[in-house]
Amino acid sequence: MTPTELAVADAASRARPSEDRVVNDFSIQVATVNGSGSQTANLVLIRSLFQMGIPVSGKNLFPSNIAGLPTWYTIRASKDGYLARKKEIDFLVAMNAETAREDVLTLEPGAAVVYDEPLKLNLLRSDLTFYPVPFDKLVAQVCPDAKLRRLVRNMIYDGVLAKILGIDTTEMDKALNRQLGKKGRAFGLNQAALAAGYEFAEKHLPKQDPFLVERMRETAGMILIEGNAAAALGCMMAGVTVVTWYPITPSSSLCETLISYMKKYRIDKDTGKATFAIVQAEDEIAALGMAIGAGWAGARAMTSTAGPGISLMSEFAGLGYYAEVPAVIFDVQRVGPSTGLPTRTAQGDMLMTAVLSHGDTKQIMIIPSSVEECYTMAMDAFDLAEQLQTPVFVMTDLDLGMNTWMSQPFEYPTRPLNRGKLLTPETLARIGQWGRYLDVDGDGIPYRSIPGDGMPAYFTRGSGHNAKGQYTERADDYVTNMDRLARKFETARQYVPKPEVQRDPAAGIGIIGYGTSHWAIEESQDQMRDENGLKTSYFRLRAYPFTDELTAFIDQHDRIYVVDQNRDAQVVALLRMELDPARIAKLRSVRHYNGLPIDARSISDEILAQEGHEVVSRSRRPAPSGDETAGVGGE
Amino acid sequence: MSTVTPTPGRKVNRIGLEQQQYRGGKTTLCAGCGHNSISERVTEAFYEMGVHPSNVIKLSGIGCSSKSPAYFLGGSHGFNAVHGRMPSVGTGALLANRKLIAIGVSGDGDTGAIGIGQFVHLMRRNLPIIYIIEDNGCYGLTKGQFSPTADLGSKLKTGVVNDLPPIDTCALAIELGATFVARSFSGDKKQLLSLLKAALSHRGTVMLDVISPCVTFNDHEGSTKSYAYAKDHDDPLEEVSFVPFFEDINVDYEPGTTQEVVMHDGSKLYLKKLDESYDPTDKIAALRVLQEAQRRGEFATGVIYIEPDRDDFLELLNLVDEPLAMLPLEKVRPPREALEEVMESLR
Ligand SMILES: Cc1ncc(C[n+]2csc(CCOP(=O)(O)OP(=O)(O)O)c2C)c(N)n1
Ligand code: SF4
Repeated sequence: MTPTELAVADAASRARPSEDRVVNDFSIQVATVNGSGSQTANLVLIRSLFQMGIPVSGKNLFPSNIAGLPTWYTIRASKDGYLARKKEIDFLVAMNAETAREDVLTLEPGAAVVYDEPLKLNLLRSDLTFYPVPFDKLVAQVCPDAKLRRLVRNMIYDGVLAKILGIDTTEMDKALNRQLGKKGRAFGLNQAALAAGYEFAEKHLPKQDPFLVERMRETAGMILIEGNAAAALGCMMAGVTVVTWYPITPSSSLCETLISYMKKYRIDKDTGKATFAIVQAEDEIAALGMAIGAGWAGARAMTSTAGPGISLMSEFAGLGYYAEVPAVIFDVQRVGPSTGLPTRTAQGDMLMTAVLSHGDTKQIMIIPSSVEECYTMAMDAFDLAEQLQTPVFVMTDLDLGMNTWMSQPFEYPTRPLNRGKLLTPETLARIGQWGRYLDVDGDGIPYRSIPGDGMPAYFTRGSGHNAKGQYTERADDYVTNMDRLARKFETARQYVPKPEVQRDPAAGIGIIGYGTSHWAIEESQDQMRDENGLKTSYFRLRAYPFTDELTAFIDQHDRIYVVDQNRDAQVVALLRMELDPARIAKLRSVRHYNGLPIDARSISDEILAQEGHEVVSRSRRPAPSGDETAGVGGE
Repeated sequence: MSTVTPTPGRKVNRIGLEQQQYRGGKTTLCAGCGHNSISERVTEAFYEMGVHPSNVIKLSGIGCSSKSPAYFLGGSHGFNAVHGRMPSVGTGALLANRKLIAIGVSGDGDTGAIGIGQFVHLMRRNLPIIYIIEDNGCYGLTKGQFSPTADLGSKLKTGVVNDLPPIDTCALAIELGATFVARSFSGDKKQLLSLLKAALSHRGTVMLDVISPCVTFNDHEGSTKSYAYAKDHDDPLEEVSFVPFFEDINVDYEPGTTQEVVMHDGSKLYLKKLDESYDPTDKIAALRVLQEAQRRGEFATGVIYIEPDRDDFLELLNLVDEPLAMLPLEKVRPPREALEEVMESLR
């Protein structure tokens, strides 16, 4: 049997318990072709659910291609507020002839399918609910201009879903209006398509599946935003002045959104001139070189990139560490060695970035889990970079950066900028003798002057230097300086964001996770508690270097499961660099690295298996274009 | 900028500083290295032009040449970056503080090999920086390998002959958009000093390729970048004289013999042409002159191309006047209402 046939046979043997009504707790997957203009339809769909007060999350599974390849958009509605990807698809909208067969064959029994009638998908299975829709016929009626039909065709499925799922059409109109901004004709055409879909479903598609939406009050006052846009807002509020970047998925939208915000909010009112410079560099080497030059000259400077760019930045990252120059680098992580899967998500750069560059380099990383943290940690990053006078890496990923998340609105920062130990006439008078790399305060952080500030000048170099910044190759000078840098790294432990710890005193096992795994981990904790009676504690790591809370957490538990979205258990490796053998022996690993956002079920299954529970996997649906491989852990 | 009252009897420049205050650390390069003479000319030029060292940043990549910024302008901030990447660091520093005067020193390997990508884009942007290539046709610091500016047929000490054509950094710079391109020879004190002073009056990229022999690895018979070869094949295009804006000097010249170029700050550059038909404001003529000199096996020196009026990179960015690095919080953090407006649009 082929994998698909296997999956069907397997799925059929575990039929869904019959439920009459499943309200606000299901996932919708829309399968389309890249470039077919489905984005508007999908955003209108997620937005209308959000406006109805239902917790939602949206994940775009797209190809590295501009037009023509398959793409999937998944919306999860969750009355319990779970925002992670749900492994099982409950409701499929099959618009892509190429993938439709596999999309249908891999569904759980009991799922529902809206499909383009000519595809005749209903012949494939008898354990699903099918809703055929003649999209071409309907679109021809609402859109006389054949050239525009492609653009509004997808809006028809929104109308169909509105009827079948019970989405309020006034919310759909409102969402459409937001999306298109009442652009006259476009709005009219799309609205007509919505109505056509709704009317068709009303006449021809009697409700046969259990999935329904009902109004809730869970999203009042909240916002929907992508992590990259949230980070951009944070950078703007952090007072970034120099932004140098090179386009790469999935980080481009961070700088692109930043450009649009800055053009709107950072033009000096009196002069009409920019309080910032944004430069598209010739590559990532130059992008970080410029950020380092700007940071050295006193600007709040940043760049953003993904794995391939991080690799190129390595030499400059070492210079930044050794010459002690502040800069902020966003790494929106994507999948794989080399070019890998540019449009899929992973946490695969953790180990490399922690020691980015040759010769005993150590870097600071801070790790947001939510869009809100993308915003606040952007501000933290600029403060830390100047406080510690070193590059600071903000480690996000494609799932956080490019997908749509709901969140409480962001708070206006009240904290002033922390510009660190800048040399002033007062400090100079106090400390008497100044040397650029002199550890006056014993915390490893020296005082720095910047060009043009009127303070004493110094010569910055990536070659050996002493406390005064003078060239040296002396063994003792080298060791003294490297030891001070190590001391500075120790100091950093007090300044970086602290972990978030949820301890269950009855739990024998603890989970350590970071970044976007957070959402799946929280859900997995509930699953394991409710379904298997397994209680767990949770430690959400928010920075490297690790902080003091780490060892305490390990000591409180018998076994520690570290969740990594990479093959090689990279954060386990970082932990092993710091921990003693007794604590290392407690570490177990849960890995997920197939490019899809991690889901709760994969974590639960893995932990339960390692804990010796019998795991009856409830889903073995192969992921779109690939095998779903939750790594087998074990330390 | 502080102006010091001159001590009687001491020679000072227009801002009251002595030449001594423009010196840097003691050189660690080989005695006789061309790079040392260039450092001396830089010291003189900044002194004579009365540029305050605290307004200057010195940048470099890696190589013997890139060490030189430590040997001039000790009172200026310096940044010895990584190999071939000085342009990006300089760009960032100037974005941060547009008031700084930037001088970068590179080598022919640092520019022509590992750094050619950043060099290309620096020229293209016309960033206001004086970019000096101390050109010895070899890698000094790694002991004498060929660099990409080595001429066809030039010989290494070991007898190895270069069989690849050279990159002409001046031609490349002109092609790419640099607005002041000159070539000189470390042994020609007068010409080099005039060019450096003129460079300080220019707004935009000044690309100055200075033949600077490596006495240790590339000064032998058969090398086309030796002192002897450079002296014999130096083919000046003009006699270069420079009159800074703060000196009230009238230069008399016969019409038709000398081209007067008014610089950005009002200084004047007089080019007494040795070849009357040559016009250094004509890009095509400039490229032809370089090609012809190369065919003859000579170095055309002097101002090869100049375009005094083009907007530089920082002007294109429409920046506020104050250095971005020094802006206060209220200028760089939008008000509460701005955030509120964004939040509202996301609800
Ligand atoms: C990434 C990297 N690769 C190689 C080197 C070794 N290296 C140091 S200087 C140099 C060549 C310098 O030649 P050039 O720029 O012509 O300067 P010169 O020493 O001749 O003045 C090389 C290859 C390095 N420092 N960094
Ligand atoms: S090796 Fe050559 S380039 Fe280097 S300092 Fe000596 S003479 Fe100058």
